[in-house]
Amino acid sequence: MNNKFVIAVYVDNKFGVLTRVTSMFTRRGFNIDALTVGETECPEYSRITICLSGDGYAKEQLINQLRKLINVKKVEVIENNMSVKRELALIKVKNNSQTRADVLSAVEVYRAKVIDFTASEMCIEITGEPSKINAFIEYMKPYEIIEMCRTGIVALERGSGTLLSKNTKTGVHKIR
Amino acid sequence: MKMTGAEIIINTLIEQGTTDVFGYPGGQVINIYDALYKNSDRINHILTAHEQGAAHAADGYSRATGKVGVCIATSGPGATNLVTGIATAMLDSIPMVAITGNVPCSLIGKDSFQEIDITGITLPITKHNYFVNKIEDLADSIREAFQIAKSGRPGPVLVDVPKDVQVAVYDYEPQPIVEKIPLPKADEESIDEAVALINESKRPYIYIGGGAAGLGMGKEIIEFAKKIDACIGCTFMGLSAVPDGCDRFLGMQGMHGHFASSVAQKHADLIIGVGVRFSDRATGNTAKFAKQTKIIQLDPDFAEINKNVNVDLGIIADVRDSFLRIAEKCQASKKPEWEKQVEELKVKEEEIAKKAAKMAGDRMTPKMIFDVINANKLPRTIITTDVGQHQMWAAQYAKFDTTRRFVSSGGLGTMGFGLGAAMGAMVATGDPTILITGDGSFGMNLNELATAVSYNIPVVIVLMNNGVLGMVRQWQNLFFQKRFSQTVLDRKTDFVKLAEAFGAIGMRATNIEEFESAFKKALTAGGPVLIDTLVDKDEFVLPMLPPGGSIDDIITDIGGKDSE
Ligand SMILES: Cc1ncc(C[n+]2csc(CCOP(=O)(O)OP(=O)(O)O)c2C)c(N)n1
Ligand SMILES: [Mg+2]
Repeated sequence: MNNKFVIAVYVDNKFGVLTRVTSMFTRRGFNIDALTVGETECPEYSRITICLSGDGYAKEQLINQLRKLINVKKVEVIENNMSVKRELALIKVKNNSQTRADVLSAVEVYRAKVIDFTASEMCIEITGEPSKINAFIEYMKPYEIIEMCRTGIVALERGSGTLLSKNTKTGVHKIR
Repeated sequence: MKMTGAEIIINTLIEQGTTDVFGYPGGQVINIYDALYKNSDRINHILTAHEQGAAHAADGYSRATGKVGVCIATSGPGATNLVTGIATAMLDSIPMVAITGNVPCSLIGKDSFQEIDITGITLPITKHNYFVNKIEDLADSIREAFQIAKSGRPGPVLVDVPKDVQVAVYDYEPQPIVEKIPLPKADEESIDEAVALINESKRPYIYIGGGAAGLGMGKEIIEFAKKIDACIGCTFMGLSAVPDGCDRFLGMQGMHGHFASSVAQKHADLIIGVGVRFSDRATGNTAKFAKQTKIIQLDPDFAEINKNVNVDLGIIADVRDSFLRIAEKCQASKKPEWEKQVEELKVKEEEIAKKAAKMAGDRMTPKMIFDVINANKLPRTIITTDVGQHQMWAAQYAKFDTTRRFVSSGGLGTMGFGLGAAMGAMVATGDPTILITGDGSFGMNLNELATAVSYNIPVVIVLMNNGVLGMVRQWQNLFFQKRFSQTVLDRKTDFVKLAEAFGAIGMRATNIEEFESAFKKALTAGGPVLIDTLVDKDEFVLPMLPPGGSIDDIITDIGGKDSE
């Protein structure tokens, strides 16, 4: 059965590490929906957040193959009900007198923001769970989306713990 | 101590226990070769004919000893020539360090002369690799490379060093040999679970893979098999882990495995896998593999558990430790029914062999060739092979008296592997080494004969010359209605003269008497010898599980050969 997973990975903040991770995905045939990467609380690590749809086998293999990479320090599945997830999208839609009011009220309802405004277009910034962004995009489609980009998910577990300090108990041991 | 980067490379190699390296010079490693020259009393360099030969030699060196093999190549074409050798080591989990030179950092990324992104190219075929652009990182990168190569599940590591880093000067202090990162020990709970499964089992099958081949557990495995009344089978890579001569050992199973070994595995109610990855060549169709059988898998690599087949219990830990603890805790028991069943399979295998021998008439069969080799070879002989039918015959028939005696490319199946690997194995051990090769494979790297002659490495080369790419032809025979597309070689090459041209000894054997006398002479020749051994082009490797098939589809004989 295919499910969506979010996986967080701490990797050495070094040149070429992202390539090592993505090259492994290609080689092992994993199909990634989205991937974000950025700085963390520790300057020596970057955090990669990966969204993937697949069955239990794909999830287990992805985690195990990631753990084998020398520059990977930590791999954790971000469980849905125990985490906060956010994504940001920038959406440029047509702007004209007939649709303006509609669009602006949608922006308000979705708690999005207009960050650029000209006579012919407006650019909207929206942040939230991917499902909310999906819904907003669906709603905007009839108003003609000119251009759009999404960041992919970032996610943190709830509570005071950190992933790096988490004691991974998966029944398997990390070699390195 | 202040040193140049090139000197740091050589000193770090020496510090890490390297006594022999295989390689080939060039513009971007000229400084490394200068440092080698200055240190030639401390480290031995073997100049091969081709970088691929150097990589295979480093690999063979490692397979025969467990030490980390080292090869060196220049940038660009030198580095790309290593690629097949590195991939070969990767797929068989062989510890190896490859050092390449590259253009100076200021020329990187500019498509400079002989610039190639070798770390990029080898990313998917190394366990890890380094592009060292700072002299400060050089010695530690090489140390880490050794550590990664030999720790856990071993594998090749490449270190790419731009020329300016080789020239730069920096402090170097020798350090001790890096230790392997210790593998975790299995918790008592998992050991107990395994013991319970084994105690319950009525038909246990101990299944030995490449991960056990180097652990030197042959005696312990046999003792354990006796204790629980199990039989033992192995994968291709597990060959020589269990010394021959034990009646519980059924030999290799799988696509070209022994009949008794493959069928016993099917009938077993428990497979105890030790360092096996359940590759497709061993399992056939995984959907049908061991469906009624419980599986325990001992391995250092957690990504192997449930990768190819689902197992009932995976213990990811130090394999030797887990195995010995399980063996200790299990109840001794007799399983006469299982023993009888296995005995019957052996008898059947024997009958199949007799029938095949009878059908063969008086032609020289592969089995006869190996009978002569087994009867005459010296103690501790290493057998290396190339890839094809001859390789499978070696796997089926060759006998090994101790561990690390079978050196062959299993995972990648690299034609051209054998001669380089044989030289590496022999340089590493000084033990007698025989190369079993085919006329196709030998053509791929026969240039290394020059190396064997130059360094007087007395490899005995048995070239099983069938005039065809036999293994591919076998598939065409069975699955492509005998459309022998591009597999008939029929070349005019005179291998005896060829050997002589290189300065080696060449002999020809057209029947088994000639082979026996040539082989005996070769053993005492004191230099490399090639025996051009004529084999019928229509010999089959049998049994065979057709690709994608299962043990139920096993082919044990081919009726009505058209060439007779
Ligand atoms: C480098 C490489 N190219 C192609 C193959 C595919 N292949 C596998 S076996 C084989 C035939 C080998 O012929 P030969 O060495 O004469 O051995 P034989 O099967 O005749 O004993 C070929 C072409 C391979 N394994 N490796
Ligand atoms: Mg041939």
